[in-house]
Amino acid sequence: MFKHMSKVFSLFVAASMTVTACGLASAADSKAIKVATQSPLSGDQSVVGVDMKRGAELALEQLGKPLADMGFKVELAPFDDQANPDTGVANAKRIVSDPAILAIMGHYNSGVQIPSSEVYHTSGLANVSPANTNPKVTTRGYMEINRIVGRDDVQGVVGADFALGLGAKTVFVLHDKTAYGQGIAEFFKKRADEIGMKVLGFEGTEEKANFDALLSPILAGNPDLVYFGGMYSQAAVLFKQARERGYAGTFLSDDGFDSSDASKIAGQTLIDGGGSYYSTVSGPASVYAGTAKFIADFKAKYNSDPQPFAAQGYDSMAIILKAIENAAKAADGAVPTRAAVAQAVRELKNFPGITGTFTFNQIGDPTVAKYFVLKVNSADPAKWSKNSIVKTLDIAPPQQ
Amino acid sequence: MITTGFRQLFDRFNHGLWPCAIIIGHTLLGTFLVYSTPRSSLAFLALVSSFFSLYYFKADTRFKIVAGVLLALVVIPVVGVRNIFYLEVIFQICVFAALALGLNIVVGFAGLLDLGYVAFYAVGAYLWAFFGSQQFYVLHFAPGTQPSNLPFLLPGDAFYLFMFLAIIVAAITGVFLGLPVLRLRGDYLAIVTLGFGEVIRVLANNLDKPLNFTNGPQGITPIQRPTMPEPLVDSFNNVFGSLIGHQASIADMYNVMFYFLALAMIIVIIFVTRRIDDSKIGRAWTAVREDETAAIAMGIPLVRMKLAAFAMGASFAGVMGVLLAASRTFISPESFSFMQSIGVLTMVILGGSGSIPGAILGAATVTLLNLQILQGFSLYLSELRQSDAVIPLINFAWRDLSTQLDPAKYQRLLFGLILILMMIFRPGGLIPAKRRKRRLAGEEAVTEQ
Amino acid sequence: MNRFLQSINARELIRPLGQMVVFSLGSAIVLSSIVLTLALGLDQTAVGLALQDKYNVSLYTYTLVNLPQVVIDGLTIGFVYAAIALGYTMVYGVLEFINFAHSEIFAVGAFVGVEILIALDHSGLLRSASLGMSYVLLTFAIISGMVAAGALAVTVERVAYRPLRGASRLVPLISAIGVSFLLQDLIRLVEGLTTGDFNRIFPSFGNFDQRLNFGKLALGETTINLGISIKSIIVIVAAMLMLMGLNYLVNATRIGKAIRAVAQDRPTASLMGINVNRIISITFLVGGLLGGAAGVLYALKFTRIDPFVGFFPGLKAFAAAVLGGIGNLTGALLGGIVLGMLETFAGSYMGVFTMGAAGSEYKDIFAFSILILVLIFRPQGLMGENVGQKA
Repeated sequence: MFKHMSKVFSLFVAASMTVTACGLASAADSKAIKVATQSPLSGDQSVVGVDMKRGAELALEQLGKPLADMGFKVELAPFDDQANPDTGVANAKRIVSDPAILAIMGHYNSGVQIPSSEVYHTSGLANVSPANTNPKVTTRGYMEINRIVGRDDVQGVVGADFALGLGAKTVFVLHDKTAYGQGIAEFFKKRADEIGMKVLGFEGTEEKANFDALLSPILAGNPDLVYFGGMYSQAAVLFKQARERGYAGTFLSDDGFDSSDASKIAGQTLIDGGGSYYSTVSGPASVYAGTAKFIADFKAKYNSDPQPFAAQGYDSMAIILKAIENAAKAADGAVPTRAAVAQAVRELKNFPGITGTFTFNQIGDPTVAKYFVLKVNSADPAKWSKNSIVKTLDIAPPQQ
Repeated sequence: MITTGFRQLFDRFNHGLWPCAIIIGHTLLGTFLVYSTPRSSLAFLALVSSFFSLYYFKADTRFKIVAGVLLALVVIPVVGVRNIFYLEVIFQICVFAALALGLNIVVGFAGLLDLGYVAFYAVGAYLWAFFGSQQFYVLHFAPGTQPSNLPFLLPGDAFYLFMFLAIIVAAITGVFLGLPVLRLRGDYLAIVTLGFGEVIRVLANNLDKPLNFTNGPQGITPIQRPTMPEPLVDSFNNVFGSLIGHQASIADMYNVMFYFLALAMIIVIIFVTRRIDDSKIGRAWTAVREDETAAIAMGIPLVRMKLAAFAMGASFAGVMGVLLAASRTFISPESFSFMQSIGVLTMVILGGSGSIPGAILGAATVTLLNLQILQGFSLYLSELRQSDAVIPLINFAWRDLSTQLDPAKYQRLLFGLILILMMIFRPGGLIPAKRRKRRLAGEEAVTEQ
Repeated sequence: MNRFLQSINARELIRPLGQMVVFSLGSAIVLSSIVLTLALGLDQTAVGLALQDKYNVSLYTYTLVNLPQVVIDGLTIGFVYAAIALGYTMVYGVLEFINFAHSEIFAVGAFVGVEILIALDHSGLLRSASLGMSYVLLTFAIISGMVAAGALAVTVERVAYRPLRGASRLVPLISAIGVSFLLQDLIRLVEGLTTGDFNRIFPSFGNFDQRLNFGKLALGETTINLGISIKSIIVIVAAMLMLMGLNYLVNATRIGKAIRAVAQDRPTASLMGINVNRIISITFLVGGLLGGAAGVLYALKFTRIDPFVGFFPGLKAFAAAVLGGIGNLTGALLGGIVLGMLETFAGSYMGVFTMGAAGSEYKDIFAFSILILVLIFRPQGLMGENVGQKA
């Protein structure tokens, strides 16, 4: 027994010795600035989380120059929230306890962003969210919390209105049982009921592969349109299977569908029948020249196509960098305070990003969210960026 | 050889006044380091590790209690308010230690492998989340569509009542699960509990219709906290304000309060666990664990004993769930995944199945690894990658190191490795449970390793 | 030639085929009568009226017309579960040990198969392949997946389980859970470093995506195409072949006899001159081969795989194995079919029967609840023998 105890103990003694040995005086550069990111870098949601971080990394690399010229050394501090609220909150506290960190780009899951941002709020740390669409993110009215994506209660409505415009009379609404997908789908359904479409069914599923069971009620009702709130990795598989079973209507999804992998999975089935559409806030290359360059740069650096929200990660970081620059200028070149940075984020006017032009309203939503509805034009994943815009909408989010 | 040398060294200093001196020295050193370098992870480890000096060195019990109380009630809060990350880490260590202690009863004492333990944690959390928020008035709204100006059902101070209620509700859930499945053999039981854990998570995710009980994947927020008396904040600031260096806000004080609550729960749990382990029930559990058939033959009520273990373990998790819901003010099904169950199991196995200090050590180690050490390494690598540094000898620029290799991304790999290696090389865990060999009546019980 | 035919035990080949037919028909009939009875009972209630309003048909007609397709879908997924369940049951039968890592061995098989096909796709070989050639290539991918998974299974046994033989039951189980988690991240690490991609997609080639249509059924204003896709047929046929092959191996060959001997009594088997370690390795190899094949078939059927793809199918296949009576090959088949059917029936009809209050999102719960129910009333599973507690 004692032998074991001593081994364990020796570890701790060794640890404490190392402390004294290292000293670890973080002799911080007086003009060092860090920007943190939080997203799931491990687990099954890392596919999106990692690319969100990479988007931010790329933005720092490309847009960090003005700050570098002012003599600042800007570093990225990437954190892994593991899509887990406990880890997210712990990281948040670690982030706010580092005075060099002036802002945070983050969170993929609203379920992590909401508790973590309570911490940012109490410490006055500016947070720009690239992906959280839950209305609660901003409706709490925190000064520090902003997002550059549209809200569920807007995008769902956009989808329903568009479906009506296509002439759909009956719809089947599906979602992926995540805060994101269900959030959009609930508002789609609500709006569809309001504007007189017949909602044949409303179902959520965590299933990722076998949609046979779900397809039976869909095919039995043969709706004009199938709406899916969620990510492409589920939606594309579902659409493919539906088409294979003879469904000839139209597919509609949200901005989680905006990935060339969707056509890698579903291929020709997206074009057949009534075709496939998706609503997105991230403009295609034809509208925002920056997008094409972003995709090319991203591919050159990371050797893979950007996943959904990578471009939003880029833009969030760009906004943060610009705000820090503005705040630093106001402080005569000194390192700005967190409050000043948070203020500067809110005060940005018409910031030109690659996914839109951003001005924040008093609760941190973009004043006008520009929504596009795109049609999938080709079964070839390489031509995903050639998908055509069929509708553009400018919608102001609710003010509360 | 080295171990023997170390043990001799350890023994040499483990008598007389040395232990007291070492404990005081270690604590002071830790405190000083954290104080002088408030963001160094290693300094924090030095401070946390002083609990282990306290545990391992032989000293007067009264001295140990005084030192422990000072460390836990004064040093940690002060240091924690200076850097709230430390308090969060300590808080999570406490929460997970309580969970590990609860699971330890089921797995370690009674030998029932429960792979869905966080289900009970979820039951507690959702219990308070429902009654301590506006959710009651949201019942008829689809998730996300409710108006924002709804009243709360209960005042925040009902929290304390619900800590007790959670014990009962979670225990009932434990019995409810236990009754049908306890006839099963150990490995069947493992899978059924795994399924049960998933069932609870799926229910939490789906009970947003027809009536919206859980708000589905969006989770419930805001959840109320008990009120914080203003004078408490003021007096804390008056006493410790100068040590901390800034005025503690209400948010800071809530962190301290939840830390104290978690600590109090752990003490209660340890006390209860130890008493039960020494009782008739504890001996019955050991018998059941070692050989069910023999236990039945000895007249042990098998199902009752197994149910007791399930209910006890569940009730600890239930209380911690209430605590979690209040401290986060937000609950969503993502917190109760299978990964969490495995995490708690890893803590129990690492520390030593059936061992109380083991469960705590396991919880501390895994939580520190997860929150501090792996993340710290990843951050360090990321700093190196952004610098121009080059790995000497092989002349490899850090810049080119793939981000795929970030240690923080491989939490599962780490848990997996810990489980395999512990099973192969040290099935008893870091601090193996003390097993008593009971002799015939009249002979003294002998304690051995 | 004649002597070779004589040496084949025809009974062992035909028996599993017969069982498959009986199980499929049996579960289809039982479940169909349940849903039809329910539909009749609910027809005139609010449930029926709601359906009438939306779909313009009576609940009974709706249920009846959908039934054939639901049965076909249920059978397909049932055979997938059965194929994975064989690996669990094989190992359990011999070692009384749940190989929790089987789901990741299955995933590795899927990845190896898919990666090979992706490489072939990039080289242009797939697109230019004739129909016959595409079947050859698919077979090649399946065999590669099998080999990789088999090798992995043997390695895992050697490294993580063999040192623990003789310890209490929970010890190797915990180690297996560890292996499962370790492998998930290892797959991710390898994929991350080599392809930088997380989702891998089964390339579309050959005629696997096509669908054989049996006919159209009228339902209100619409018609339903009754049919089955070629890939589903491949999955079912392959799973049948796997079961027949395994059944033959275990019941009609020398190795099979040795495997059964080790399963029954390890010390005595070793006294009879059987190399127990070798037999256990072979068991894992066979389990791994089956898992690998199931992985590639799974990828073929469902197109997209990721490093965590094994977890849920693995869990359900395990549930299927337990349901049927773990350790019993026929039981794995029965469990797989029953579970697949139940799940598909629940997913297809629950939403309608509960007026949308509880839909297919509960289908996973359904699988586990049935598992728990069966274990309460028949802890040995549907076909298992009551063996009692083994020391």
